[in-house]
Amino acid sequence: MSEEQVKNLEEQFEARIARDEKIEPKDWMPEKYRKTHIRQMSQHAHSEIVGMLPEGNWITRAPSLRRKVALLAKVQDEAGHGLYLYSATETLGISREEMYEQLHTGKAKYSSIFNYPTITWADMGAIGWLVDGAAIINQVPLCNTSYGPYARAMIRVCKEESFHQRQGYEIMIKLANGTPEQKEMAQDALNRWWWPSLMMLGPTDAESIHTAQSMKWKLKRKSNDDLRQQFIDQTVPQAELIGLTIPDPDLKWNEERQSYDFGEIDWDEFWQVVKGHGPMNKERMKARVNAWENGAWVRDAAMAHAEKKQDRKEKKAV
Amino acid sequence: MSTKNWPLWEVFVRSKNGLEHRHCGSLHAADEEMALENARDVYTRRSEGVSIWVVESKHITASNPENNGEMFEPAQDKVYRHPTFYDLPDEVKHM
Ligand SMILES: [Fe+2]
Ligand SMILES: [Fe+2]
Repeated sequence: MSEEQVKNLEEQFEARIARDEKIEPKDWMPEKYRKTHIRQMSQHAHSEIVGMLPEGNWITRAPSLRRKVALLAKVQDEAGHGLYLYSATETLGISREEMYEQLHTGKAKYSSIFNYPTITWADMGAIGWLVDGAAIINQVPLCNTSYGPYARAMIRVCKEESFHQRQGYEIMIKLANGTPEQKEMAQDALNRWWWPSLMMLGPTDAESIHTAQSMKWKLKRKSNDDLRQQFIDQTVPQAELIGLTIPDPDLKWNEERQSYDFGEIDWDEFWQVVKGHGPMNKERMKARVNAWENGAWVRDAAMAHAEKKQDRKEKKAV
Repeated sequence: MSTKNWPLWEVFVRSKNGLEHRHCGSLHAADEEMALENARDVYTRRSEGVSIWVVESKHITASNPENNGEMFEPAQDKVYRHPTFYDLPDEVKHM
């Protein structure tokens, strides 16, 4: 194709998106669109999968059967989210194995929030309430994104997320109304998860590199800072309602803006974790790689069994 | 290390009797039985279906959007296939 033709196609392509048309897998698309989507969608899938690890840590130690079935169902949903997103990404021409490879070698990133440890039961409450809460804020606008398979996967994901946040908040309510030790445990979890949850919504707009292009492709509808403000404004009253304190001395209602002012985020910490120096980065990757490698014989056995069955069927047919 | 990767399957779910099966995504499985079981766990965790079809992706033949012109445009100028093409006096009822 000549440069002129490509330019023409690109213009038509951008116009389609501007008209709110969806792009489907077999449609022509600019290479950059394909690459950007593979990157963002696979990172999203990896986050769902790695995100099972911090919570999986507490399934066997849930304090009641009610909590255990809820947590189990939630973690199972996250596996489902990862699978919807991997299969949506595969429609762009990358294989599942290649994506796993990128995750396992550290070439692909996943949400840095999952590199923090889950040291008490209250962390299950804080994660559902804050981490899933922030994820919902990130994900709802994506239900309208331009790439059809991604948008459809996000609609399924968003439908399932609201139970995640509610089960987490319910855990916090119970603890906050419990014994002084339980309340302290809830407060401690909030103290540890608050700032990482704010960071989860991404670097400040000034430092975010992909924003303009992503807005055009509807991979992003609002800026990171706007999303963060939305998260803070909706979460602060929820903390107050159950008598917990947001660990930010600068947090203050701003009458004029009808929004909360908040303190400085420690972006050094964020970049350290992104670069692999968070408390659990190594641990998380080790768990993933082990699961993949130790499962190899199962995958091989299933494949061998399927082939044998197929052979037998063919022989019978002759 | 695995020698062969599990093939890809497309999943279609009928949400309730009376409605058609609809494509809802894909998954990897070693054979059709596993594909059905995985489809149940991945796509119907909240009673989203009463029937599932799985078909190995390589068996699907798809039209190419680049040929959408010759493929679908011929239908566009055949307005006489629609009821509104026909002129009837206003007095005619029930037609
Ligand atoms: Fe999720
Ligand atoms: Fe979730």
